[in-house]
Amino acid sequence: MINLILRRLLQSAVVLLVMSLLVFIAVYAIGDPIALLVDPQADQRDIARVRASLGLDAPWWAQYGHFLAAAGRGDLGQTFTHGEPAIRLVLARMPATLELASAALLIALVAGVPLGLWAGLRPNSLSARLVNGLALLGFSLPTFWVGMMLIMLFAVGLGWLPTGGRGPTEPVFGMPLSITGIEGWRHLLLPAVTLALFKWSLLLRLTAGATREAMRQDYVRFARARGLFPARIVGVHVLKNILIPIVTVSGLEFGSLIAFAVVTETVFAWPGMGKLLIDAIAVLDRPVVVAYLLITVALFVAINLVVDLLYALLDPRVRLGSAA
Amino acid sequence: MPSHAADLRIGLAADVSSLDPHFVNIAPNIALSSHLFEALTSVDANGKLQPGLAVSWKAIDPTTWEFKLRRGVKFHDGSELTADDVLFSLDRPATLTNSPGPFTSYTKPIVAKEAVDRYTVRLKTATPYGPLPLDLNSIFIVSKKAVQNASADDFNSGKAIVGTGPFKFGGFKRGEAIELVKNPQYWGEKPAWDKVTFRILTSDAPRLAALLAGDVDAIENIPTADIARLKANPKFTLAQRASWRTLFWHLDQVRDITPDVTDKAGKPLAKNPLKDVRVRQALSKAINREALTERTLEGLATPAANIVSPGILGHAEKLKPEAYDPEGAKKLLAAAGYPDGFRLTLHGPNNRYINDEQVVQTVAQLLTRVGIDAKVETLPLSAYFGKARAGEYSVALLGWGSLAGDFALRSLVGTVNPDTGWGSWNWGKYSNAKVDQLVAASLAATEPAQREKLAEEAATVGLKDYAVIPLYHQYASWAVKKGIRYTPRIDEFTFAWQFRPE
Repeated sequence: MINLILRRLLQSAVVLLVMSLLVFIAVYAIGDPIALLVDPQADQRDIARVRASLGLDAPWWAQYGHFLAAAGRGDLGQTFTHGEPAIRLVLARMPATLELASAALLIALVAGVPLGLWAGLRPNSLSARLVNGLALLGFSLPTFWVGMMLIMLFAVGLGWLPTGGRGPTEPVFGMPLSITGIEGWRHLLLPAVTLALFKWSLLLRLTAGATREAMRQDYVRFARARGLFPARIVGVHVLKNILIPIVTVSGLEFGSLIAFAVVTETVFAWPGMGKLLIDAIAVLDRPVVVAYLLITVALFVAINLVVDLLYALLDPRVRLGSAA
Repeated sequence: MPSHAADLRIGLAADVSSLDPHFVNIAPNIALSSHLFEALTSVDANGKLQPGLAVSWKAIDPTTWEFKLRRGVKFHDGSELTADDVLFSLDRPATLTNSPGPFTSYTKPIVAKEAVDRYTVRLKTATPYGPLPLDLNSIFIVSKKAVQNASADDFNSGKAIVGTGPFKFGGFKRGEAIELVKNPQYWGEKPAWDKVTFRILTSDAPRLAALLAGDVDAIENIPTADIARLKANPKFTLAQRASWRTLFWHLDQVRDITPDVTDKAGKPLAKNPLKDVRVRQALSKAINREALTERTLEGLATPAANIVSPGILGHAEKLKPEAYDPEGAKKLLAAAGYPDGFRLTLHGPNNRYINDEQVVQTVAQLLTRVGIDAKVETLPLSAYFGKARAGEYSVALLGWGSLAGDFALRSLVGTVNPDTGWGSWNWGKYSNAKVDQLVAASLAATEPAQREKLAEEAATVGLKDYAVIPLYHQYASWAVKKGIRYTPRIDEFTFAWQFRPE
């Protein structure tokens, strides 16, 4: 186990290094932040001075070297526009994104697994086909459009929910969270549902497929033969077995929820990391873009590690460490 | 509900990155700071210079300006504004070494400053410099006591935000909202609102949705496509006016081989046709500005002959928008030695100005009608500006807002020279000694009427030479809930105190 964690950490370090290089080159190639940041009245000398003070006068590889050396000390640079360490800015916006992604995952699980079970048990019924059709819709509708439609319906049309933004927050273990109050949930509901839609479809289909598969297995047949109640067969035998892939996929998809949140946060003016990223790209605030991507990658890596460990716990057949 | 009547919620189109009024010189930050802080001078909705924290100013000799401060002005912490705070605030921009967009452009002409007494400040410039009072409307006066040892955190928490403005700091939720409360001790006209909330709604559709749903009372920067629909909606009123933003073409005027111009077969031309004034005039005549503003811009602009908007110092009334004259354009092209035209690529941004991509396409079609094979290439602003400044384009679209014609000319068509700092946005590298001389004289004029005359003359000489090809002055639009009125500003800023209940 220790071995696995050590090897994972080493791999992660390599991934982060490669990512940082790619991101750095990409952002460097887009354009010149100075052209966007320095005020129009500034003359060439001012521009040159600012360029030098931000370290943008060096060739890209020297800038990258500089960045790496500082990153080794945990410093991802100062943001150009906010005058603060980039890492602090991104981390300050993380609770909002984590809250949104967690709520979305919760909604996807609560709405997806039971429906999937239902559809899997009666694969040929009309209701199962209806549910499957809905899931297909969930896969194919663009997030931006769904978000706008929900806003137009529930916020503009009916006036039940706010159009965007985050409700009042309260610190929970030092993290400002809005899910402690009703107002917070009112703000969270629409963006969380929008973000959940795709994952809900995925979990529904996964559950339905796994259920169908499980129902054909010998242990279910034997259970039936023993005369157990259907509720017990499904609730204990089937569910226990299909839970393993569901947990794994949920964990892995949590990472992509955080990444996908970019679009949803933009539509709902949700003050998370994704919206920060979009606004930072607009003004080429390179340290913020780099910090966001590195932190997201680190989060991905950490989540995957936790999922692998959970997997090993749930399913003793999986021997971690022995595979290549 | 009377208690709610005094609350105002406004949807902003851009994020406020820092609450330090001297940190980055970008419009969203300046707009917010203007509520909390004031400068020695101010600018009214029409772009005219007005007294601010200074009640009067005059040049006591060609290089010395004297400002008389308003007496009895109180900072938010109750302390009184004195000359000391003013000197400290004018010094501060140069001390912020990490600022990506410093305010030093405005403080640099000052070479010495002194407090004559508690309410009088004298500022010396190295050479006669007339626009100093106008420049100083950009430097916010902060409380020396509150700011001299303050960090970025002190600004984010509001501790260091001690100004004299009509509003006090209420709260800052980064990337989401900023709250302001009324300053009961404000010396000037009191705003109509006890509390103002600015919501950061950077994407167009959500900003509009927030207005429609009643989450905010007003928004700036209405998405163009929705303007007509909002106009028809009885629940809202629109506030619109021609803003200071003027759009024009920069043309490469120096290089013999310019990157985007070839003959019709794609072979480089021996000479850059854009260097010939007849060709520049032909391009200008080929553009149907009426059609452009009425159709492509859906009425959200007015044809331009100047590079500053009507009403702004240096706007030459005598110049009239070039009439659409395709036949005349063809004749000029033939006279310049291009009877069959040539091939050209027009460059422009696609996310910066109203319908900017369509504008570039429309102009390309108009040019094609006079025999110039015009192609179009548009880019997002973040990529466009850098490339344009690096001189990668032959013909490039730029929009510019300025409160004085001589300022605009200095940056846009003044001879590029790092020593003078001129021509920093002169993408075409245009150079004309006569224009330079007139702009210099205008900037040195400490007498406003004289300055105005010189600035107009400089513009007239430059534009008759087609230093740039002006297209139109763009409109700015706000949408406001019925029952509230907004006085639209030429500088496109959204100021809460200019919203008034009807």
